Amino acid sequence: MSSATRGPNPPRVLVAKPGLDGHDRGAKVVAFALRDAGMEVIYGGLHQTVEKIAATALQESVDVIGLSIMSGAHLPICRRLMEELARREMTDVAVVVGGVIPRSDMAALTELGVAAVYPGGTPLPEIIEGVRRVARREKGA
Amino acid sequence: MGVAKYTKDAKDAILDVELHSGIHVKPSYGPQDLERVGFDYQEDLGEPGRYPFTRSIHPQGYRSREWTVRQYSGFGTPDETNERFKLLIAHGQTGLNVAFDLPTQMGYDSDDPLAEGEVGRVGMAVDTMADFEAAFQGIDLTTVGSGLTINAVASIMLAMYEALARRWSVDVTRISATPQNDILKEIIGRGAWIFPVRPAVDLVGDVIEYATAQGRLPRCNPVSVCGYHIRESGATPAQEIAFAFGIAFAYLDNVVTRGYGAEKVVGRFSFNFNIFGNLWEQVAKFRAARKLWARLLSERYGVRDQKALFLRGLFGGGGFGLTKAQPENNIVRGAYYALAAALGGAQTTALCSYDEAYTIPTPQSALISLRTLEILMDEIGLRDTVDPLAGSYFIETLTKEMEEKIMEEMERVEKWGGMLAAVENGEVQRLVAKQAYQWERDLLEGQRVKVGVNKYAEEGQEGQVELHQYSEESASRQVSSLREVRRARGQREVARCLTELERVLKTRRNVMPILVECCAAYASVGEMCGVFRQVLGEMEEPSLF
Repeated sequence: MSSATRGPNPPRVLVAKPGLDGHDRGAKVVAFALRDAGMEVIYGGLHQTVEKIAATALQESVDVIGLSIMSGAHLPICRRLMEELARREMTDVAVVVGGVIPRSDMAALTELGVAAVYPGGTPLPEIIEGVRRVARREKGA
Repeated sequence: MGVAKYTKDAKDAILDVELHSGIHVKPSYGPQDLERVGFDYQEDLGEPGRYPFTRSIHPQGYRSREWTVRQYSGFGTPDETNERFKLLIAHGQTGLNVAFDLPTQMGYDSDDPLAEGEVGRVGMAVDTMADFEAAFQGIDLTTVGSGLTINAVASIMLAMYEALARRWSVDVTRISATPQNDILKEIIGRGAWIFPVRPAVDLVGDVIEYATAQGRLPRCNPVSVCGYHIRESGATPAQEIAFAFGIAFAYLDNVVTRGYGAEKVVGRFSFNFNIFGNLWEQVAKFRAARKLWARLLSERYGVRDQKALFLRGLFGGGGFGLTKAQPENNIVRGAYYALAAALGGAQTTALCSYDEAYTIPTPQSALISLRTLEILMDEIGLRDTVDPLAGSYFIETLTKEMEEKIMEEMERVEKWGGMLAAVENGEVQRLVAKQAYQWERDLLEGQRVKVGVNKYAEEGQEGQVELHQYSEESASRQVSSLREVRRARGQREVARCLTELERVLKTRRNVMPILVECCAAYASVGEMCGVFRQVLGEMEEPSLF
């Protein structure tokens, strides 16, 4: 795993679990991995409402919001979060989603505006690179 | 996931094996190893069914009785769950293991805005006793035992089960329910927590006190302590046992300080332990755990009644060991995990289904799990003799080494200031999360092997599994039946019960009797839990880094 030295302007990422599901092993592992890769990670934790996630993202000026969803409720949750971000004019924040996500739902998530989807089993380096890429895009670099 | 950490030479010969718990395995074992670890036949092994129960809690093991199979199931509306229950019973399952949806686990009604999209998704939705009436329709509550897989609001669910029995004029002293009721493992590893640590543990204590010490539900096991989920979150097998014991003692102490003897209470504790990874390590874990539990209870709590020293429980599952890649391989993995359960002397078992990394199991995949367990008991000789690995130089040495590792991990908890403080401060959570991250790094670096994941992986390995479909329609049916119950019930009685519940909570009396009244009056889970939230507050998650 690359443990890149922290650049002058590292991506800021909020990792959170929306909804009621509490299986957080994946979210925590990804939070550690992104931090080890030199990003600034804010771990939002469990049971976050979409309103709370958007508010934290604003307050912490993050470039990327990473959601972990295992319950199967990824479509309604992402729909609500994208609406909330639009309402707050925060469309410059990229949203990536991981968890138990069937392939058949990936197109629908992209259509909602989700920048990248990482179903369970995605190797960590792929997630790290993906988050870097979408963060760069948001920073306009 | 994978097994041990292997160090190999250039020709792929194994130089060293390090089990997840940190024990190194040698190329071969002999009598000198038993001497090295101080193995004593009477003290460490003895006869099956006799102290310290290393071999089995029953003298005849599976000869006298097969294990109880208790597959986890439940989804959608209570009617749909009832159908699945009846299917499993018809196929030979002897106990139910009820899955609840997330709003129920978190104490929200199906029409709460926070429940949107979650009603009936990962388990059955329960709002009021009317839902229990539908779910258990046609099931004899005195012959079929029900595991109620719920924790933060376990008190409410057990009260509802009792209220249901009363409504159906079933003798409540003959009903058998096991609410999971283990809030500390939820905080450590599964996340369905609501209240701050100490009041949450008081609620656990209320359930235990009511069912055992007060003798109100003599056939209900009031708590199932789940090392299972702690292991899923990243703990080693030794930590799984050590932390579960630490948690069990925290609950026991909660009730003992109310003025009861441990002996009266602890005999009805049960455990839920996980199986995946190295076969030998799992078997040694269960043998060491049975022995240590009996020893610690007799030494620390002075428990004398032999039956109260039994480590009872469900050993099985194996969710984390299953992979998304090449999912059919999980059927084979499940069979090996079940073998480990049998060799470890599991009294009750269950097995994750091969498609669980994708979806809620379909009836067909749930049936494959059930058949896997049945084949083991009926076809290949697992019932022939008790603890068939007993006396193996390797297994007996490993069992002793595992016992030491478990004790080391228990001392770590003591250094953190005991289990309640360790969970409140997030110590256990941070440790297991760091280990989970290390595990992933080991997989990436190839130090741990997982077939189909980092070895023998194939392109396009994503399996074709049939997905369990979430039904918006059954969710809205659930909401309308809740509204109907709310309309038809006696509002005054509900209001009286809820007010009394608030008073009981504030004066710190046992909540169970008033919860039974609330349930009988068709108060909803959200209403009862709302009173809990208001009086007890909600937990703040400790920081991860």
